[in-house]
Amino acid sequence: MTVKSVRAALRPSRLLVIALALGWAVPFLWMLVAAFRPERAAGAGMASLVPDYVPTLANFAEAWELADFALYYLNTIIICAGILAVQLVTISLAGYAFARLRFPGRTVFFYLFLVQLMLAPIVLLVPNLRTVAQLGLYDTLPGVMAPYFASAFGTFLMRQAFQTVPRELEDAALTDGARWWELIVHVYLPLTRPAMVAFAIVSVTAHWNEFLWPLMVINSPDRRPLTVGLAMFTLGAEGAQAWGVTAAGTLLVVAPLLVGFLLFQRRFVNSFMASGLK
Amino acid sequence: MAELVVQMADVGVRRVARWRARHFLGLALLSPSLVFLAAFTYWPTAQVMWQSLYAGSRRAGTFGLGNYQALAADPAFRRALSNNAAYAVGTIVPSLVLALAFALTLVHSTRLNALLRSIFFLPVLIPLVAAASLFLFIFLPGVGLLDYYLAKIGVQGANWLGDPDVALYSIIGLTIWKNAGYYMLFFLAGLQAIPPEAYEVALLDGATMWQRLRFVTLPYLRPTLAFVLVIGLLGVITQVDHIFILTKGGPSDSTNLLLFYIYQQAVERYDPGKAAAATVVMLALLIALTALSLRRLEHNIEGRE
Repeated sequence: MTVKSVRAALRPSRLLVIALALGWAVPFLWMLVAAFRPERAAGAGMASLVPDYVPTLANFAEAWELADFALYYLNTIIICAGILAVQLVTISLAGYAFARLRFPGRTVFFYLFLVQLMLAPIVLLVPNLRTVAQLGLYDTLPGVMAPYFASAFGTFLMRQAFQTVPRELEDAALTDGARWWELIVHVYLPLTRPAMVAFAIVSVTAHWNEFLWPLMVINSPDRRPLTVGLAMFTLGAEGAQAWGVTAAGTLLVVAPLLVGFLLFQRRFVNSFMASGLK
Repeated sequence: MAELVVQMADVGVRRVARWRARHFLGLALLSPSLVFLAAFTYWPTAQVMWQSLYAGSRRAGTFGLGNYQALAADPAFRRALSNNAAYAVGTIVPSLVLALAFALTLVHSTRLNALLRSIFFLPVLIPLVAAASLFLFIFLPGVGLLDYYLAKIGVQGANWLGDPDVALYSIIGLTIWKNAGYYMLFFLAGLQAIPPEAYEVALLDGATMWQRLRFVTLPYLRPTLAFVLVIGLLGVITQVDHIFILTKGGPSDSTNLLLFYIYQQAVERYDPGKAAAATVVMLALLIALTALSLRRLEHNIEGRE
């Protein structure tokens, strides 16, 4: 740090923001300190942010025993992967059509897609629950995934990315006798990987964090995703005043996202900015 | 010569065939998306509008505006509407001010600034349910984190989630903590797009820091501000997961929000008619909101072309 930056760091507005940052970190700090606190210290000392103890994994063991977090993880991973896999197919097909093909009704279809950006699927949870039940998907993981298989946001993102691919590449491939699907797989997708990664991060984070919709669709405890499992677990632990266990359970749920963020900060930030479009 | 004509005609036929194939191909490539959009966006929208007009059971019920009348007469619904409005203002205004302050302070990429930005961004990453799990203890009366540290400086805490006069503010506090870092990202990007010359001119004119903020920074940030405002509004309408964990809309409906009210009517009260009517009200709100920002949205999506 140079003298100048030290002086800048001490300006009052900066000090205020630094103080606020400390405040912002408190819930995370408490989660860490409480999760590793031995059970004997429960009660009044529970709120202390000072780790004045020998760390223990007892809370994690108890959380793991009380709720089937391994299964919740698996369910969440299946849901996120399933949604993403179908989305990548639907959005690259539709994105290519909007980017490079002329066909009747193109503008009309464009606006039909736009409707999904307006009517957030979560708002339609009551009628969608009925549809899912009629399709025989109530209380199943595909029932949780189905409303998200088409993504207008993803389609528009891929369309924009495809438009940056030089047309000469497509023409060259066509002269070589390539079919449309060979074009998409071998020419377009390899050149638009950053857009796909951005979309994947947004999609996975959104569905990893989703709560109300899976809460409504899933009935069996062994099909709960992490968020629903955590909610039931928290409400149960609240009754038992088991705050260390709650902290441990919460840590188990947020850890993968935080680790992912620490590893790929820039990509996360860029993807979240793109998602503002949604 | 004749051979050439035949050849040209042949090319023409092939070109037409290819043109037709491409027409068909466009529709075919859209169809997987359209199937899912039809099933989970268009159909439910039509269905919920239709159903909102049926009062009572589906077969014996009456057709009309009964559900909307019942909705308007329901104090819980009116409470949810006014709560949602208060929640929107109470959350968005402080979040925007904080986000702008964070962005202005942390715009230069030093190592400390990067760390501080990450801290503000962390809450954005975690599920709202997980945030609520943490704040359940923070707001716990007596032994909770907030009361524990307030007591140390001699301040009497409140019943953060149990007092109808306080509970909505507690929820607002949690939401500000969760979202300010997200809005900060957009302001950071907006600030980086301001040309340095704009400031140089202002400095030459001897503008103070506030004048530079008022007459240079804020005008440049106007589009960003409008954009963040819209996603903020969408957020306060569509995100209610924390309500489920912390208060379930209580005490005495003081934290009930629109979407949570719909959930209650559908799942707990078994009143599909009212749930449908409330959903239509919400769709109308969303459409009004996005209509305001549609031109921006189109501009963003159209990109080059």
